[in-house]
Amino acid sequence: MKKYALDLRVKSVEQIHARYVLIKLTDDQKLPEMLPGQFVEVRVDGSPKTFLRRPISINFVDREKNELWLLVATVGDGTRQLAKLQPGDLLNCILPLGNGFTATEGHIGARVLLIGGGVGVAPLLYLGAEMAKNGIKPTFLLGARTKNDLLMLDIFKRCGRVYVTTEDGSEGEKGFVTNHSLLQQEHFDHIFTCGPTPMMKAVARYAKQNDITCEVSLENLMACGLGACLCCVEKTVKGNVCVCKDGPVFNINDLLWQI
Amino acid sequence: MANLSVKIGALSLKNPVMTASGTFGYGLEFADFMPLDGIGGIIVKGTTLKPREGNDYPRMAETASGMLNCVGLQNKGVDYFCEHIYPQIKDIDTNMIVNVSGSSPEDYAACAAKIDALEQIPAIELNISCPNVKDGGMAFGVTCAGASSVVRAVRQAYHKTLIVKLSPNVTDITEIARAVEAEGADSVSLINTLMGMAIDIEKRKKVLSIGTGGLSGPAVKPVALRMVNQVAKAVKIPVIGLGGISSAKDAIEFLMAGATAIEIGTANFLDPAISIKVRDGIDQWLDSHDIQDVHEIIGVI
Repeated sequence: MKKYALDLRVKSVEQIHARYVLIKLTDDQKLPEMLPGQFVEVRVDGSPKTFLRRPISINFVDREKNELWLLVATVGDGTRQLAKLQPGDLLNCILPLGNGFTATEGHIGARVLLIGGGVGVAPLLYLGAEMAKNGIKPTFLLGARTKNDLLMLDIFKRCGRVYVTTEDGSEGEKGFVTNHSLLQQEHFDHIFTCGPTPMMKAVARYAKQNDITCEVSLENLMACGLGACLCCVEKTVKGNVCVCKDGPVFNINDLLWQI
Repeated sequence: MANLSVKIGALSLKNPVMTASGTFGYGLEFADFMPLDGIGGIIVKGTTLKPREGNDYPRMAETASGMLNCVGLQNKGVDYFCEHIYPQIKDIDTNMIVNVSGSSPEDYAACAAKIDALEQIPAIELNISCPNVKDGGMAFGVTCAGASSVVRAVRQAYHKTLIVKLSPNVTDITEIARAVEAEGADSVSLINTLMGMAIDIEKRKKVLSIGTGGLSGPAVKPVALRMVNQVAKAVKIPVIGLGGISSAKDAIEFLMAGATAIEIGTANFLDPAISIKVRDGIDQWLDSHDIQDVHEIIGVI
């Protein structure tokens, strides 16, 4: 897929919760084709401590409104600076990057589960929405620390069934996603997951034990985003590969995770 | 439009802007963003006789105005390069230069000999300055005897333009430059990264997997500029300057300091089209100062 470096215009910046903002971007030109699971490298201006671009997953692409949505957890100087963007500001983005999830016609009629944790739910919205559009019926299992950390639930519900866990029990079942009763009650054929590494490893373990195909989206620290600097490598059956170029989405069978 | 063409030994560059090894892949990764044939050369990633997996993750730490890396020369080896990558890049209309590394003089020479046979690779850049590998790399580049031994071995095996990339992690970089010049190097490029460290205070651990890494980016530019100036005065062969260049102004500073050509490294990560912008910026600056030829500013300091 052709990659672009574009100055996208900020349409809105919505503070979803103390630690999360939803940035909607647009352009006078039609936005390039982007696949669920791919990401954007954004340049952070006005933050002296932020030298490198920040990789942000594609949360949603609204084709009708020509919008690209980025859901950002404000965890450091760079992302806090992004939260200060104002409508009308330009944000330099390199996109689309990485490979994306494998959601094909073969998934139609299959039982598909999308498991997200924390801000890792971000790419699952676009994935789930595209699936629903293409006749695949996704089920979502979304985990967070507290009720306030559950993001965009109402929009997820438009794409499929939604189940929730929180670590403090303030909403849904108490505990981690892998403890949710749904996993005991129903069988799934395919799992797609994104979230903290311990969560994804737990999900991968569950998938392996139950013979479910599973794709995970990794977020190793990266610099170039283009497969040039070789900083973001992950050990796989093919040796060290770049998460930015050969990922960020991997089938768990290709990773050397001890699960 | 001023004349931008320069020569590095027998090598003609259409302009003095090249991209630094390890920051521009094989060029192809950046083809969507800029015309690869618009710059004077592309130095592709470090290549070794045998494949190398590189160091463990994490390999990178962001720093103030720069970054540390300890990639450790991950590459698929020279045979893979010759068979699979060379066919893809050989017709790019610029100087495609291979950065060569090794763990012994014989290693370097064997790798260089294989690249010597590739018609469309007009030069190699010998990496005797990688700070991120235990065996070889910088070990050769920090003593005159070590540097000489590698260049001597390679010079016998390699017949085209030989550039030697120098380490700044030395007491006197001019001594090393003179030593490799004496062994027949056609040019020296400098600086490779400066050895540094980052610490995670919560984990009370070093951030990088091998503890140290090479610092690059604008943070190192003043150091690089000083060394380029010193080396340009110490040797007769052309000097290629690099270290934190991220604008045409930066590039012109290096040219004035004595560099005949420059390489852009870490800045490629921030703007994948930066090298072509630097070329254009040099051109515009020369025009705006009524300078007809880039040579008029090279080494004026």
